Amino acid sequence: MKASNNLWTSQLDGRISDQLASEIDTFETEIELRSQGKVDEKVFAETRLRRGVYGQRYDNGKRDDGNGSKDLPFAEKTTKGPGTIWDAPGMMRIKIPYGGMNAAQLEMMADLTEEYSDGIAHITTRQDFQLHFIHIDDTPTIMRRLASVGITTREACGNSVRNVTGCPFAGVCPDEPFDVTPYAHAMTYFLLGHPDAQNFGRKFKPSFSGCHQHACGLAQMHDLGLTAVVREIDGQQVRGFKVVVGGGLGAVPRQAKEFDEFLPPEEILPMAQAMAKVFGKHGEKEKRSRARMKFLIDKWGLEKFKEEVLAERAKLRDDPRWTDYLTNIDALEEKPSRPGGELPAIDDPAIQKWVDTNTRPQRQDGYVTATVALPLGDLTPDQLRQLADIVREFTPGTLRTTVEQNFVLRWVSKADVLALYKALDDADLSDAGASNIMDIVACPGTDTCKLGISSSRGLAAQLRTQLAVKSMQLDTAIENLHVKISGCFNSCGQHHVADIGFYGATRTMGGYKVPHFQVVLGGQWEENGGSYGLPIVAIPSKRIPTALDRITEYYVQNRESNERFTPFVGRVGKAKLRQLLVDLTENVPAYDHEPGFFSDWGDPRLYSLDDIGKGECSGEVVTQYEFAMTAAERIIFEAQVKLEDGQFQDAGRDALTAMVKAAKALVQIQYDDVTEDDPDEVIDEFRERYYDTEVAFDPFAGSKFADYLFAAYEEKGKRHTEDSAHHLIEESQLFVESVHSCYNRIRTAGIES
Amino acid sequence: MELQHVTAKIFVDGAPSVDAETVVKVFQTWISEQSMNELLIDVADYEHVPKGPGIVLVGHQADYSLDNMGGRLGLRYNCKVAREGSNEEKCLHAFRSAAKACLRFEAELPGIRFSRNEFELAINDRAIAPNTDDTRENCESIFNRFVREQLGQSDFQLAYESDARRLVGAVVSVSVAIDFDGVASA
Repeated sequence: MKASNNLWTSQLDGRISDQLASEIDTFETEIELRSQGKVDEKVFAETRLRRGVYGQRYDNGKRDDGNGSKDLPFAEKTTKGPGTIWDAPGMMRIKIPYGGMNAAQLEMMADLTEEYSDGIAHITTRQDFQLHFIHIDDTPTIMRRLASVGITTREACGNSVRNVTGCPFAGVCPDEPFDVTPYAHAMTYFLLGHPDAQNFGRKFKPSFSGCHQHACGLAQMHDLGLTAVVREIDGQQVRGFKVVVGGGLGAVPRQAKEFDEFLPPEEILPMAQAMAKVFGKHGEKEKRSRARMKFLIDKWGLEKFKEEVLAERAKLRDDPRWTDYLTNIDALEEKPSRPGGELPAIDDPAIQKWVDTNTRPQRQDGYVTATVALPLGDLTPDQLRQLADIVREFTPGTLRTTVEQNFVLRWVSKADVLALYKALDDADLSDAGASNIMDIVACPGTDTCKLGISSSRGLAAQLRTQLAVKSMQLDTAIENLHVKISGCFNSCGQHHVADIGFYGATRTMGGYKVPHFQVVLGGQWEENGGSYGLPIVAIPSKRIPTALDRITEYYVQNRESNERFTPFVGRVGKAKLRQLLVDLTENVPAYDHEPGFFSDWGDPRLYSLDDIGKGECSGEVVTQYEFAMTAAERIIFEAQVKLEDGQFQDAGRDALTAMVKAAKALVQIQYDDVTEDDPDEVIDEFRERYYDTEVAFDPFAGSKFADYLFAAYEEKGKRHTEDSAHHLIEESQLFVESVHSCYNRIRTAGIES
Repeated sequence: MELQHVTAKIFVDGAPSVDAETVVKVFQTWISEQSMNELLIDVADYEHVPKGPGIVLVGHQADYSLDNMGGRLGLRYNCKVAREGSNEEKCLHAFRSAAKACLRFEAELPGIRFSRNEFELAINDRAIAPNTDDTRENCESIFNRFVREQLGQSDFQLAYESDARRLVGAVVSVSVAIDFDGVASA
């Protein structure tokens, strides 16, 4: 869509790591091949998802305008996934490991937001960035520009290891035994693209917390949660991690279970690798709703899961990356850029309020952290640039995103607090009330998500407006509540761990569909999301503000001294609280009398469910075989391009690489541990399993195509002329076709293993 | 220098109270009718973000927004696709599209009126138009020709954006009111 995509490719040449450049080139080729119809749409969907390129509401070309579903007349082109129109805009998720960013990265995010999206950058509940309304043809350029500042979108979506989240206060929090940052960093880059983490039926989410008691890392709701622990062993303070597994929210939430009470740092990467292997081998692949790791643990029980993981761990080949980073564990340690100080006197109540709610003392004397509270996790390009300036002026040059869709500035000298407030205020970033009732978390909901049932962001905006009016008079007990909203039961807004949560639902009333929210009570934000709430009643969306008022007022009036909300709900009982609200489900107005009741917040269209599509959160189940074969065909295509460019040697090399990759794809369906790093092994295994057994023989041509492989491999070092490269590309293509045929035959015969 | 992705923002006169819900309704109607030159897709509401894009009507070839970026309310047209023609024609296309949208707004949203004397042009692409002295120099001649020849203005001023990190562009002030109807129908 952008005219400058080729310009960026040349301008950024040499400014991107070879690894990232190669990955992005590959993705661009895959886009080209899909646009020519040469890659299956399901394979391409999962491919783009694993690059962070996501679908968005209405990308099936249908939209309900309040009077029925209408076609959006996009040009006829191929699809970019099942039922997903090529030109329909999508979302780009940008991974920010443990939320860590620097000023240059903020500025890049500003530029990309301005040039490619609808002008707003959004921070997610897993510390990622999301840009919306992105055209797929622009995504390689966006990836290149991100790569030029050290950011990748790889495995931001799809059935992969998602962003490794981490406590944003790591390294400065008074309550942590040690800084989890270097461990989160190491796990991020160890698992990124790891061959043992490519065969999942669903996503896999790791998280690091610095302590047990707070919610900053939310270890309890992750597939793999690691919490810093220190033990005294032989008189020494020794670092380790409490490891929990199988946590998750969604429609069937699970608290994570303890896998190990104290895992030494040198074991966290191999153990994560072993878990990934077990999840890849044994996790559900067919029933998507049962494919997360929590269900494998449900099925097996924790003990069997542990046995399998430990057995897999014992079989892993040693990898120096497991421990290399430990020798330089302080490499990421931040040093203050300004001297510590004392907080100046404050005579402005608004500033005092901000200081009270948004700053926290660091464990280092003279410094505080400052939270930048963002409305619904949104900010503009100008605000990102102003924030970059602030980061440069007041911090060591970095900041963190948070799971509450905010930023945390660290190492702010107490002496600078007033100047920082002024700078943030100039950027309209000085909202008080971080992490309290005003700081409502919401997923994208019906705004952009294909699964959204109700408008979570619309409701959040409405509640913010309502609360802002009385913010200075709110009782402290209410102020400290956490409100979180999801547009559907899948809990991207983390409603289960809120004091008061809401998730989108629908009911039919008076012959019309009416947007509703389930009211979820009893969740616990503290202790890393220590318990999950349950829905007590579904209320029409337009009456949720009243429901919130009633719940909070009842709490203030009836709580015992200093009683927190979660125990209050337990003591009073959900039946009583439901009784407070149940009349809000009755007395439906006539449509003609109150049409707004039948629309959602911020959306005047008559409410409808027609826009709900097939979600892409669960990705597409694509086997390793399909991925490998798609890659083999892409490499042949690249060989052809190189042949045309006169790069005969490279073309010949690529043709052989494609053959080995296709052979490996077949081998892998019988022998999962075969590695591409060792082509000799691939050839030997292929010969033993498919040639000597004649399984790979073509019904008519016999061993001919397999012989192409062996002959090409025998001559792997040869110099290629135009003719020889040309011939090898032809043979490579024929071999790939024969592998497809072989695969189909063995699938039909049921002799995969 | 070949410009692409020209944006034009026509400022609102005065400081009217604009109800976001009404603006959303107007944009929803435009989608329903598919009545602009572009394929219109969705409405995004960012009223909660100060000095933000406000309400955005997202299209395939272009976005329209009633935005408050820079603290000034106005109707922005943001061209997202490459266009044929001279640079001045691309500027005219963006301005004309914005002016047409302003006329519709004025008809459908009584109480709002857009300035006929002040607007902003910018190039939303940093590869094509980084905000450098060279680019500003090039844009100066292009913008001058556009205002003089396409809008028929002889007395005008251009104030450039000087922050190198922001998009290259200029606020254009003209002494004689621009005839939106004339521009729209030309």
